[in-house]
Amino acid sequence: MRRIMVGVKRVVDYNVRIRVKPDNSGVVTEGVKMSINPFDEIALEEALRIKEKGLADEVLAVSIGPADTQQQLRTALAMGADRAILVQTDALVEPLSVAKIFRKLIDKEQPFLVLLGKQAIDDDNGQTAQMLSALWDRPQATSCSKVELADGKVTVNREVDAGIEVLEVDLPAVLSVDLRLNEPRYVKLPDIMKAKKKPLDTMALGDFGVSDAPAFKSVKVEPPPQRQKGIMVKDVAELVDVLKKKGLV
Amino acid sequence: MSKILIVAEHDGAKLNPSTHKCVTCAAKIPGASVDVLVLAADSAAVASQAAAIAGVGKVIAVDDAANKEPIAAVLAPQVAKLAADYTHVFGPSTTFGKDLMPRVAALLGVGQVSDIMAVEGAHSFKRPIYAGNAVLTVEVPADAKVVATVRVASFEAAAMGGGASVVKADPGVAVPTHTRFVSRSGATTGRPDLQTAARVVAGGRALGSADGFKIIYSFADKIGAAVGASRAAVDAGYVPNDLQIGQTGKIIAPELYFAIGISGAIQHMTGIKDARTIVAINKDGEAPIFESADVGIVGDLFAIVPELEKALG
Ligand SMILES: Cc1cc2nc3c(=O)[nH]c(=O)nc-3n(C[C@H](O)[C@H](O)[C@H](O)COP(=O)(O)OP(=O)(O)OC[C@H]3O[C@@H](n4cnc5c(N)ncnc54)[C@H](O)[C@@H]3O)c2cc1C
Ligand SMILES: Nc1ncnc2c1ncn2[C@@H]1O[C@H](COP(=O)(O)O)[C@@H](O)[C@H]1O
Repeated sequence: MRRIMVGVKRVVDYNVRIRVKPDNSGVVTEGVKMSINPFDEIALEEALRIKEKGLADEVLAVSIGPADTQQQLRTALAMGADRAILVQTDALVEPLSVAKIFRKLIDKEQPFLVLLGKQAIDDDNGQTAQMLSALWDRPQATSCSKVELADGKVTVNREVDAGIEVLEVDLPAVLSVDLRLNEPRYVKLPDIMKAKKKPLDTMALGDFGVSDAPAFKSVKVEPPPQRQKGIMVKDVAELVDVLKKKGLV
Repeated sequence: MSKILIVAEHDGAKLNPSTHKCVTCAAKIPGASVDVLVLAADSAAVASQAAAIAGVGKVIAVDDAANKEPIAAVLAPQVAKLAADYTHVFGPSTTFGKDLMPRVAALLGVGQVSDIMAVEGAHSFKRPIYAGNAVLTVEVPADAKVVATVRVASFEAAAMGGGASVVKADPGVAVPTHTRFVSRSGATTGRPDLQTAARVVAGGRALGSADGFKIIYSFADKIGAAVGASRAAVDAGYVPNDLQIGQTGKIIAPELYFAIGISGAIQHMTGIKDARTIVAINKDGEAPIFESADVGIVGDLFAIVPELEKALG
């Protein structure tokens, strides 16, 4: 079975305005809209397109998170994933531990391709794909904006500071995806009904021999320094004047 | 004592300024000694530039044809091996460092601190989370090697005038051939580099087309600025991806930033919050960009920008 494994992280929706808790222990997540990490939707969309082209047989969505993550995995199944696995934990799981869990699942599921997001928009770490490919001793390609499979290889475009970099990597491989790779499909109502019957297995973090205690200590979370609201000018002449006074032009 | 190894970013000929910024960050750790690692096909030119950065103890240079292009899977085992005697390994939070450093961390069996924006202690750092809408202070265990990327917009470039020695090294590790470089394409425009420019003029969706974007280029050229863009402008194909500023683009800290026809979404603002002065031009007086702009003007950019260009000429 030619299988693609996709990471699906449950995160605070990107439209939510984040508030830091008054005791500086984190950000407010109670009563806040949660969604699939936007990059993971793109990773899933790409996996589905590869399958639709006849280049894969199964798309497996994997998430590590609390019980409520079932919602996001059901959405992934409604988008078209064939199966889902939830590694359930209420703990905050660091990228290295996520990578270790994926590594163990790879032994069991034998995917030829793992697609992850280039970063999770909550922790903004951007580490998991690179760590996983290191532990697996396989190629990595991060920030992919184009993915082409042929003859046991993948050719990717990567978005880098200098522009676009093209790499060719042997399979199996781990890719992390960027925003311009594709536009994820919308979920239709009949698909949501169908998704209810698809398999969603739950496993415990303990099954993976990974500790639920983070290695790093989160000392405090603070709001960022706010910029002061500035002044409004009525026309270009006044704008030029202000910039000159500030010594900027 | 902290012994810090910085992985240099370069294109084979020139050291990237991100490396100078990593040196500044590393030097904030009390009592630190700072070395720079240059992995290249032929390290001579880059190593001598690194040796000239003030505060660098020594430059470790590795010459290997496999290092011609910065492929993470090839570089990571070499960095991990050479990091043995160091307490810290830093790389820049550019696409180079973001790609490489987590792979190094995993080989060393430790986590990574992404995007250091401030040093609180040898094992304690501030970093942005949630697109910069919160700042986390994180502590790495005292007995663990610290692997980190440095948010380059948060640090000044280290001064030149140093005279470090260059030592050749051979990590003696096997490097994989499963990942092959094919090509790289980017617009070499002759304009200032977006990540280091003192002035940046950026345009958004409002420019409407690649053709419409010409007034941004023209204004930027007039005032010697780099050109940037919002994600919407890049997605719509007005400009190439390497101009994108924001959470998933470049993080910049110019003296002067013009946001032209950009609404000011949080994902965009996180890329410019360290700009000294933000000027916003937008026809919607309610646009969120005006909440963070130092100077704002409401009106049609297609009228204002040419007028501004003329006034500053
Ligand atoms: C995970 C994720 C990551 C993202 N990362 C980034 C990122 O890195 N960078 C980024 O920029 N965005 C990013 N975004 C997108 C971001 O949310 C916004 O959609 C985007 O920044 C909007 O771009 P814009 O301001 O050009 O367009 P719009 O929001 O459409 O704003 C256009 C503005 O132009 C004004 N306007 C229109 N016509 C004129 C005129 N003639 N004269 C003057 N003003 C005019 C309008 O009033 C409006 O304010 C990300 C989104 C997600 C979900
Ligand atoms: N808890 C998780 N569950 C599933 N996938 C994850 C998890 N954490 C990280 N990932 C994957 O790794 C990518 C990068 O995450 P990060 O390294 O945390 O920025 C995400 O976009 C996901 O694809």
